[in-house]
Amino acid sequence: MRYLFGRLMQVGLVMIIVSFVSFSMFNFVGDPLSSLLPEDATAADADRMREALGLNDTVMTQYGRFMTNAVQGNFGISYRLKQPVTELIASRLPATLELVAVSAVIAITFGVTAGVFCGIRPKSWLSKTILSSSLAGVSLPTFVIGIALIYIFAVTLQWLPSSGRGGTVDLGGWKTSLLTVDGWRSILLPAITLSLFQTTMILRLVRAEMLEVMRADFIKFARARGLTDRAINFGHALRNTLVPVTTVIGMNIGGLIAFSVITETVFQWPGTGLMFIQAVGFVDIPVMAAYLLFVAGLFVLISLTVDLLYFLIDPRIRLS
Amino acid sequence: MTQLLDIRNLCIDFPMRNLVLNAVKNFDLQVNAGEIIGLVGESGAGKSTVGNAITGLLGKPGRISSGEVYFQGENIRDYTDEQMRKLRGRRIGTIFQDPQSSLNPLMTVGKQLVETIQECLGLKAKDAEARAIELLNDVGIPDPQSRLNSYPHQFSGGMRQRVVIALALAGDPELIIADEPTTALDVSIQSQILKLIRRICDERGLGVIMVTHDIGVVSEIADRVAVMFRGELVEVGDVNQVLRLPQHEYTQNLIVAVPSPDKRLHRFTCVDLIEGEAAQSKIDVQSHWLGKTNAGVEASVGPAIQVKNMSLAFRLKNSVFKSQRTFVQAVDNVSFDIQQGETFGLVGESGSGKSTVAKIIAGLHFADTGDLSIYGQKIGPKHNDLARRHSRTFLQVVFQDPYSSMNSRMNIRDIVAEPMRFHRLTENESQTRQIVDDLLDHVGLGKTAARRYPHEFSGGQRQRIAIARALASRPRILICDEPTSALDVSTQAQILNLLRDLQDELGLTMLFISHDLPVVRQMCDRIAVMRHGKICEIASNEDLFESPQHAYSQHLLNLMPNLGAA
Repeated sequence: MRYLFGRLMQVGLVMIIVSFVSFSMFNFVGDPLSSLLPEDATAADADRMREALGLNDTVMTQYGRFMTNAVQGNFGISYRLKQPVTELIASRLPATLELVAVSAVIAITFGVTAGVFCGIRPKSWLSKTILSSSLAGVSLPTFVIGIALIYIFAVTLQWLPSSGRGGTVDLGGWKTSLLTVDGWRSILLPAITLSLFQTTMILRLVRAEMLEVMRADFIKFARARGLTDRAINFGHALRNTLVPVTTVIGMNIGGLIAFSVITETVFQWPGTGLMFIQAVGFVDIPVMAAYLLFVAGLFVLISLTVDLLYFLIDPRIRLS
Repeated sequence: MTQLLDIRNLCIDFPMRNLVLNAVKNFDLQVNAGEIIGLVGESGAGKSTVGNAITGLLGKPGRISSGEVYFQGENIRDYTDEQMRKLRGRRIGTIFQDPQSSLNPLMTVGKQLVETIQECLGLKAKDAEARAIELLNDVGIPDPQSRLNSYPHQFSGGMRQRVVIALALAGDPELIIADEPTTALDVSIQSQILKLIRRICDERGLGVIMVTHDIGVVSEIADRVAVMFRGELVEVGDVNQVLRLPQHEYTQNLIVAVPSPDKRLHRFTCVDLIEGEAAQSKIDVQSHWLGKTNAGVEASVGPAIQVKNMSLAFRLKNSVFKSQRTFVQAVDNVSFDIQQGETFGLVGESGSGKSTVAKIIAGLHFADTGDLSIYGQKIGPKHNDLARRHSRTFLQVVFQDPYSSMNSRMNIRDIVAEPMRFHRLTENESQTRQIVDDLLDHVGLGKTAARRYPHEFSGGQRQRIAIARALASRPRILICDEPTSALDVSTQAQILNLLRDLQDELGLTMLFISHDLPVVRQMCDRIAVMRHGKICEIASNEDLFESPQHAYSQHLLNLMPNLGAA
């Protein structure tokens, strides 16, 4: 409990710092008036606008106002789309979250299974093949993989669509593409692209951890008690690799959201990443600031979840 | 007595890249039900390899190249992997050295027991749990019912080893192979565990192979003893007979090397059979650079080290609120003097605070309260205190673990030369090199060692390097923190002899920390017994060992395994 309280304090601190950084963008990334006002506006128009937006107040007052609004879920109005930023993000979020979720599931399933296999049978030809091909996943940049997949599956073979979300179903404000065949066909390529790097990372980590744990004395002792290989590999060894693996998976889910900017651009996936790129192109500061805050919040939330998972996995942490 | 195990002509090879290592050669051994056989030898003698071969757990690339192993009349070399797995746990149980690492840290003790019992005996979950409670009770764990839900880290070291024994017994085996079961434990716990193994062996009529390097342990518990040397069995026989009248030259050497708690000898009779000492060209230390004192170290009278009312508490739990913090008093109001040229021993069990005292003197921890003076100079509680910095040239430490106390990426010359270079003690590099070479010669390694790296040396050789490094800054005081507890007895004898010789030649003052009473008996002039951070008794060597005053000292002396009594 006490630990949780301490962690929540940290979360608050991080969020305040990030909010300050994203707020400063308003003040330091050029004058927002130049993009807000029509070309033929006079100096008086500019002054009126400045007054209306509260830009004449002190920095602290402005920050206070920004924070008050942000806490209430109000991040201002997009310069480009003239739409409230909160609404904008909410409409784009399902696409990104679904993409990230599908690719995380792919990454964890393939990464952990292949990693365990390579850890248990390090000498077999299959694990050697998996390991050497995983090098490609680590070293190829996301956009190259994306373009290659589009070329093979969308252009040459014409099996899967190259862009967009396909058919979506509206579930009370949450537009999902996971309920139609067309939606699944669309999500497959971007999700694989996004997951490839993570899969190989998880694979290599699980393998290394498995090899390490298999050398431990308690594994030898489990063998000496006549336990079956299955009980040893999955009951004893795998669980002991989970602490570092959970850390990395947690960090990587944050990474998936960050990398989704590139993947969404390549596949024209209508998520928050694509929205962010478009906002950058247009210097749409309210959108950028809100996105920054949103991503930071997500990261903090994930790392908090990971820390809480430690408690479930490792009893030694529960005590200390 | 029925014969359980019959090993005939067993040979075990480790094929390496370009040679085959014969780890075990023509090994014969018979084990009967109800007897404990001590399998003794030094590290690398192949004794653990024999144990692993019997259970089919030989590490790769090891393999049995010839010979037979009959267990209850069946040749287990004909067994398939699956049959071997069923042999383990059900018919042959194993106990490993380190209870710290033998248990899965993420599983409750109950689960590990129930899992093993279900696998080996095919019982239902309920019955398995009942049996688990029975087993824990049997190995002397209080309140076994509720302890089932505890994790390994919630047990103390001794209790954990009891759990390991319970696990080894879970499948109701007929033979137990105990691989150094008490090496990681304190003496008082060691004697409890040995008694437990003896009791279980008698009650259940088990055969036990007790693999150990400690002859004291063997004399305490075993019925028969088998001595291994370089992969070969050199002597088997009744314990009393072998220990009293050893026939083989190696056994004789091994027994002589064991420090005796009864009488104090000036030197150990050296055991050249094991680690052949390199041809030594010793230097005349008196006239050498090493024999001269550092500039600025004036000869002074009075004690070399004075410790007055020293206390140090470690924080166990931190908190913003003072009342919520918990502390452990590692050193509690400790005072003693060490005279110049004296060897002062500090003994106690693990956690008694003896190493902490040494670290405070060496400047690795700072005392909360109390005074420390070295050669009459008061040492302030700061890293950059002038007297403290100065003290580092004439006060050096030899640590316990020779494997982790050296930087593995530096060669031996750089390791030994580092203190000289740091303190700028020499005039030029060629002088430094000359001194390093002389030092390596003097500690019995030879100057050819200078260009090699730590991993190329054995534990004993590394401890020699550590001693050479400690001597390089021309210290007046040497702190030895369990310098031989990671070493074999014969190597220990050599290292202790070396320390003795150096002390005589250089007139060193020594603070010698050990949990091993016989070693302290041989090495120290005066001894302080520590417990829970406090000093119980300070007495001269003879007084302590012949008429200990404090109840705890008497208790410790009673627990000491005694060869003479065997």
